[in-house]
Amino acid sequence: MQFGIFSVSDITEDPTTGVTPSEAERIRAITTIAKHAEEVGLDVFALGEHHNPPFFSSSPTTTLAYIAGQTERLQLTTATTLITTNDPVKIAEDFAMLQHVSGGRTDLMLGRGNTGPVYPWFGKDIRQGLPLAVENYELLHRLWREDVVDWEGRFRTPLQGFTSTPRPLDDVPPFVWHGSIRTPEVADQAAYYGDGFFANHIFWPASHTQRMIALYRQRFEHYGHGTAAQAIVGLGGQVFMGKTSQAAKDAFRPYFDNAPVYGHGPTMEEFTEQTPLTVGSHQEVIDKTLGFREYVGDYQRQLFLVDHAGLPLKTVLEQLDHLGEILPALRAGFAEGRPADVPDAPTHASLVAAKYGDAEPRQPRPRANRGDNVTGGSPYQDTSAKPAEPVGRSGSAFGPAATRTEAVR
Amino acid sequence: MTTKRIVVVSSGLSTPSSTRQLADRLADDTATELRERGVEAEFQFVELRDLAHDIANHLLLGFAPPKLEAVLESLGRADGLIAVTPIFTTSYAGLFKSFVDLIDPDALTDLPVLLGATGGTPRHSLAIDYAMRPLFTYLHAVPMTTGVFAATGDWGTGGDGVRSLPDRIRRGASEFAEAVDRFDRTAVHGDPFALDRPMGHLLGGLAGE
Repeated sequence: MQFGIFSVSDITEDPTTGVTPSEAERIRAITTIAKHAEEVGLDVFALGEHHNPPFFSSSPTTTLAYIAGQTERLQLTTATTLITTNDPVKIAEDFAMLQHVSGGRTDLMLGRGNTGPVYPWFGKDIRQGLPLAVENYELLHRLWREDVVDWEGRFRTPLQGFTSTPRPLDDVPPFVWHGSIRTPEVADQAAYYGDGFFANHIFWPASHTQRMIALYRQRFEHYGHGTAAQAIVGLGGQVFMGKTSQAAKDAFRPYFDNAPVYGHGPTMEEFTEQTPLTVGSHQEVIDKTLGFREYVGDYQRQLFLVDHAGLPLKTVLEQLDHLGEILPALRAGFAEGRPADVPDAPTHASLVAAKYGDAEPRQPRPRANRGDNVTGGSPYQDTSAKPAEPVGRSGSAFGPAATRTEAVR
Repeated sequence: MTTKRIVVVSSGLSTPSSTRQLADRLADDTATELRERGVEAEFQFVELRDLAHDIANHLLLGFAPPKLEAVLESLGRADGLIAVTPIFTTSYAGLFKSFVDLIDPDALTDLPVLLGATGGTPRHSLAIDYAMRPLFTYLHAVPMTTGVFAATGDWGTGGDGVRSLPDRIRRGASEFAEAVDRFDRTAVHGDPFALDRPMGHLLGGLAGE
C-alpha cells in the first residue's frame, strides 16, 4: 500500500492573514513540500495540471523532474495529466523522459480536465471530452509499446513511421492510472487496459465512490486482467490534523469556509459527514482512513490533499509531520487481513520483473540516422528493419494478464 | 395492480404557503381522478424550502446531500410530476429553477407533468406558458395543456366567477390522471453508473465511424 499527497497547485489567499503567495514562492514551496513528504516517509507525490491562474502547474514534468533530482525514493506522478487537450505524442515523450531522469520513479494519472476554456484554448471541444480521452490514450498506449507507429484518428494529425523518443526506461511504459470523479466510462477504460483507477473521492459521497470502484473492479475482471479484488485502486483523501480534535477544527475552519471548491457552501461538519474529509486528531484520521477499505475493498494507493486553500507552507509541513506520525498505524491497519493475492501498486521494478523475469531489460540503441527523420522500419539496432509487431499490449503487471502471450487489450 | 408514483414539488417560500395549498389541491383531485379510473397512486410531497441549503450546496459542489439525492432519485422513478411554483418578477421562483437545474437531463423524458403557479394577481397567469412550459419541454417531459394558476383572489371572493379555481384544478388533474394512467415507466432514468458506451464500442468508433 502506497501513501502520498497530491497537489492541485492552487495559489490561494490565506484567509487568516490576507496574504497570497507569489507564483515564485508557491513554486519554491512545492519542492519543499515534496522533499518533506519523502522525509516523513510518504511514498508518492502527485501534481495536477492547470492552464489558468490561480494555479501554477502548467508543466508538471518540469516540476517533477526537478523534484526527482532532489529526492531519492519518492514516486512521482500526476493528478491529473490532461489526456484530452495535450498531444498524446508529447505526453509519451515527456513522461518517458521523466521516467529516465527519475530512475523509474514515474507513473501518471490521466484525467479529462473540467476547466471548460482549456479545451478551446488547445483547439478542442469539451463536448468531445470522452472520445478525445479514448482516442488519445489508445495512441499513447501504442507509442510506448511500439517502436514505430502508423496512426490515423479523428482528432490528431496522422502519423506515419513515427517513433516516440526516448523509448520508455527499460522499454517498460510508466504505469497509468485513470482518474475520474463521476464518469463510469473512465472506470471502464482503466479496466479495459488493465490500468489503475483513481477515484478523486474527496468531492463525492462515499456511496458513489463505492459504486464507481465496484464497476471498475467488475470490468477489470471482465476484461481478463485478474479478479475484481486484484484491480488497482487509488483513492483521494483530505485531512487536517491537530494535537486535539478541537485544535484541528479551529485551525482548519477558516480555510475550509473560504476554500475555492467548497467554501461558502456546506458547513465543515456536513462536508465531513458526506465526504472523506477528516479534520481532527490522529486517531480520528486513522479510523476514517482505514474505513475506506470497507466500501472499496483492499486498495493500492492513498493520496491526501494537504497543501490547498491558502494553507501556509509552515502549516503544510506540519501536516506532513502529522501524516508521518500516523503512517505506521495506517500501514499496519491496511496490512491487517489483506489477502495475499491482492497486489501492490505496480512500480517500475515490478513492471520490469513482470516483463523480463531474470533476463536483462531491453536497452534500445538507435541505428544511424538515415537522413529522412522518418523511421520506416526499425530505428533500433536490436530489432529487424521490418515494422515491429505490437507487443505486450495487455498493460498488466500481475495476475493472469501479466503472463498472457496473446494480447487481450 | 401497480401503484403509480407521483412526485409533488412545491417551491413556496412561506409557511403555510398558498403554493403548497395549490399543490395539495392538484394532488387531491389527481388522486380522485385516478381512483375513478381504478388506478392506485402514492404521492410524495417535496417542499423545496426544506431543501434550500441542500440545493445551494449541490450547485456549489456538484453532488447532492443525502436528502436531496433521495428526491432526485425518486424523480427518475416517478410516473408523474406535479410542479408548483410562485411567480416572482415575471417567472418561476429562483429556488424552483435551481432545483430543476439539478435534475438529471434524462430523468423526466416522456414524464407527464402538471404545471401550477401562484401569484398576486391573474395578470401573471401566462408565466406558466411562457416560462414553466418551455423548461419542461426542454427536458422532454410532457406538460399537460392545462396549467393551473391561482391568484390571491382565487382563494376568496375575487376569483373567476365563471371558471373557478376548483374547476381549473379539476380539469388539469383530469388531463394529468389520464396521462399518468397511460404512461409506462419502463426504465429508471438518471442512473449515473450506467455504462452507456463500453470501451469496445468507444474504440470501435475509431475505425468504424
